[in-house]
Amino acid sequence: MGFALAHRFKRLFEKKRRPGSGLEARPIIRKLVWARRAAQVGFLGLFCWWLVHTGFRGNFSAVGERVRVDRPVEGFLLADPFVALMTLLSTHTIYRGLLWSVGVVALTLVFGRVFCGWICPFGTLHHFFGWILPSRYGKGARRIEQNRTHAVRQRVKYYLLYACLGAAAFGSAIGGMFDPICISVRALGLAVLPASQYAAGLFGAAATRSNVRPLQGASDAAADFLSTNVWQAKQHYFHEGWLIGILLVAVLFMNRFIPRFWCRVLCPLGALLGVFSRFALFGMEKDHEKCTDCDLCVVHCQGADSPEGGVKWRQDECHMCFNCEAACPEDVIKFRFLPGLRSRSGAPDTGRRTAIATAAAGAIAIPLARAADALEANYNEKLIRPPGAVEEHDFLERCIRCAECMKVCPNNALHPAFFEAGIEGLWTPILIPRIGYCEHSCVLCGDVCPTGAIQKITEEQKMGIDEPPIRIGTAFYDQGRCLPWSMATPCIVCEEFCPTSPKSIWVEEVEVAKREDKPGPDGKAPAMTTVKVQQPHVDPNLCIGCGACEKVCPVQDEPAVYVTNVGETRSKTNVILLENTNYNRS
Amino acid sequence: MVTRREALQRIGAASAALGGSIVLGRAAWDRGGFDVYQSPLSPQTRDFRNGPEKNLPDLAIATTSTDPAELVRKAIDGLGGMRRFISRGDVVTVKPNIGWDRTPLHAANTNPKVVAEVVRLAFDAGAKTVTVTDASCNEPNRCFQRSGIWKAAYDVGANVILPAEHRFRTMRLRGELLDEWPVYRPLVDADKVINVPVAKHHNLAKFTAGMKNWYGILGGRRNRLHQAIDLSIADLATFLQPTLTVIDATRVLLRNGPQGGNIADAKDMHTVIASVDQVAADAYACQLIGVKREDIPYLKLGHERGLGTMFWENLRRAEV
Repeated sequence: MGFALAHRFKRLFEKKRRPGSGLEARPIIRKLVWARRAAQVGFLGLFCWWLVHTGFRGNFSAVGERVRVDRPVEGFLLADPFVALMTLLSTHTIYRGLLWSVGVVALTLVFGRVFCGWICPFGTLHHFFGWILPSRYGKGARRIEQNRTHAVRQRVKYYLLYACLGAAAFGSAIGGMFDPICISVRALGLAVLPASQYAAGLFGAAATRSNVRPLQGASDAAADFLSTNVWQAKQHYFHEGWLIGILLVAVLFMNRFIPRFWCRVLCPLGALLGVFSRFALFGMEKDHEKCTDCDLCVVHCQGADSPEGGVKWRQDECHMCFNCEAACPEDVIKFRFLPGLRSRSGAPDTGRRTAIATAAAGAIAIPLARAADALEANYNEKLIRPPGAVEEHDFLERCIRCAECMKVCPNNALHPAFFEAGIEGLWTPILIPRIGYCEHSCVLCGDVCPTGAIQKITEEQKMGIDEPPIRIGTAFYDQGRCLPWSMATPCIVCEEFCPTSPKSIWVEEVEVAKREDKPGPDGKAPAMTTVKVQQPHVDPNLCIGCGACEKVCPVQDEPAVYVTNVGETRSKTNVILLENTNYNRS
Repeated sequence: MVTRREALQRIGAASAALGGSIVLGRAAWDRGGFDVYQSPLSPQTRDFRNGPEKNLPDLAIATTSTDPAELVRKAIDGLGGMRRFISRGDVVTVKPNIGWDRTPLHAANTNPKVVAEVVRLAFDAGAKTVTVTDASCNEPNRCFQRSGIWKAAYDVGANVILPAEHRFRTMRLRGELLDEWPVYRPLVDADKVINVPVAKHHNLAKFTAGMKNWYGILGGRRNRLHQAIDLSIADLATFLQPTLTVIDATRVLLRNGPQGGNIADAKDMHTVIASVDQVAADAYACQLIGVKREDIPYLKLGHERGLGTMFWENLRRAEV
């Protein structure tokens, strides 16, 4: 593949003799093609730059200040009209920065789907893999065949879009699962980066073992750089992250058979922009007479949008990459403002009945999922939501599974749910204290949440300075496993880590019986003694459910203290104590 | 028909493949048992102390200022100055307590001004590099930043290192209880190590300062150490004996230790204690929160093991 890559790069810069009449493309088009490539590299770079900065990196110049993410790392999501429309349908509002998405709509109304061809980081990945992956079976005539408009499969994304919007209208932003920006953050942030870190760790460990000083030094320097610039000091693990990784590999691999399979067939954001692009003021005009059917335009077509002469251009499918006009040797294709509309078709060619049926299917899926027990009747006690999360029904209206909160969490505490939250809750964030606890003064998850599923809270609100703190659950002791309770052994690491003041974990010093571990003289039963231990208790009125106790409990497999979500601030019903029960609480 | 040449070639290739397989198989043959999992390491200790100085004090207590930096200067000058401990070209590691995501007012971590002054004095004495680091309990980025130590140490030219996983190496500590553990390398790969703990209350160990600060050289599941906290502390202090201990008692956490969280739990005491004897320094400092040295088992263990003396009255003292 390395050789193929080098070869293709070389070919990029070769002056090619153009076939047919050999007419040069207009200079502006040749420039636009390079501008588009630069934009793709730039936006993908920006996306990755923001992604690796989605986390907390301390810095030597700040002291005691409020810790926030210092870049708009969720910027691509804020500009995502699919996210904005879903949450508009589910909550009837557009949350804060999501208003930026109107900019992308405006861009589409003027220039068509330039977002897909120029900006979208996931699109650029597919552009790259569609270029590099196809085998010798994906070139020439076969590639031309794949790049022709395949109406049936290209319709699928519109149906997926309508289903997602139907679900949103019924109160679930589950469609975020299919949003390309969400997928990029989720797959790169929760699968690719952690796996890379793991691999780098293996190399580092080997270098350390080698006892070769220069090698160790170089390895340390590299690890230092990576742990402070690309990932975190600790290896991060994500709950069932394998599925997210495999899906990414699978959808990228599809480029081997159908270039930009994702963008053409599945992407609901592309479909949404396709719906808007019919109004675009900028577009293609064709001079069908001049076309010699050389199909050079089709070879390089990204959207499979019929750029060739003799058929109508599919404006809703076009990514505005300009490859077709740059390739055309016969002066057939011209992009211009206010083109004639005769040789194009602007609207998606979906059947009205199927469109309505898919939207209805999406809508019906939500009550179906909720009539299963997970949400209403048998709520999972380990479904601990991040601090500042809104009430569960509201949460499902907003959470787009973008994984920003999981990526930003410095303690690796937030994870994509598997089926803990039912099928509807797949990849929504849950806190798994055994892997990482919620850092007391940290509010970064709400800081990066683009939709308000986790609200932007202050340290004072979270820690409860002059107001009640935000609780995400309550800790419980398993006294049969706790060392001071059942094994006459001192411990109370949980109490040490409890961050509230006064501590929610309090200890009672008691004298407990202990049996010597050696038999007495003449084979008698071992002697009995007593030891003083401090036995821990939880004050349910003070506990905020951060999970620090569960994280540090030395009983390794199943901790002797664990957190469940009962008592969470956001719920009016999931409470223990009568004094905290108030149906009138907002 | 195959030619003789071709037959020989094919037989030769097959034999070579077979021979290779046999050699590889024999070389990699594992006859079972746990021998391959035995640690190849041998138990170690690290003693960074300089030799004794007959005419200089071994314990200095500075109380005559409210400026932490001045207290540090006075205390170290009381021992004869930093040049007694640091030689030109030394690679120095300074180990404050940066365990918790707390600000200086909470007094759960070492005061950043104390750390910075120790770093400055070490550079003045000719240190080649000074590294400031700790293996924190809370998320390290937050601890380093919000404790103020990151900025304070960086401003005076120290090399501040975060406890990333690759910085740990498995070692065997020659302890009664502690054997093989991941050890934080910057604290053992140095010419001189200065321990700069904060004196504070601890709910399990009652009082902690210098010796307990060595919890921060371990990685792994150190939450298990609490089951025998005194023995663990004594083992760690046996493994690592610092060049110098500077206890920050400028502001002391009296309750809710070791993490605190409430500003009212801490009290200004304007004291810095410097000593070459980590046991004596802790034994002196525990009085500050009203704990008797006899009630702290790890001090007794350290005394009995000869790491130092809990009877600090027996040392030559400087009160400045």
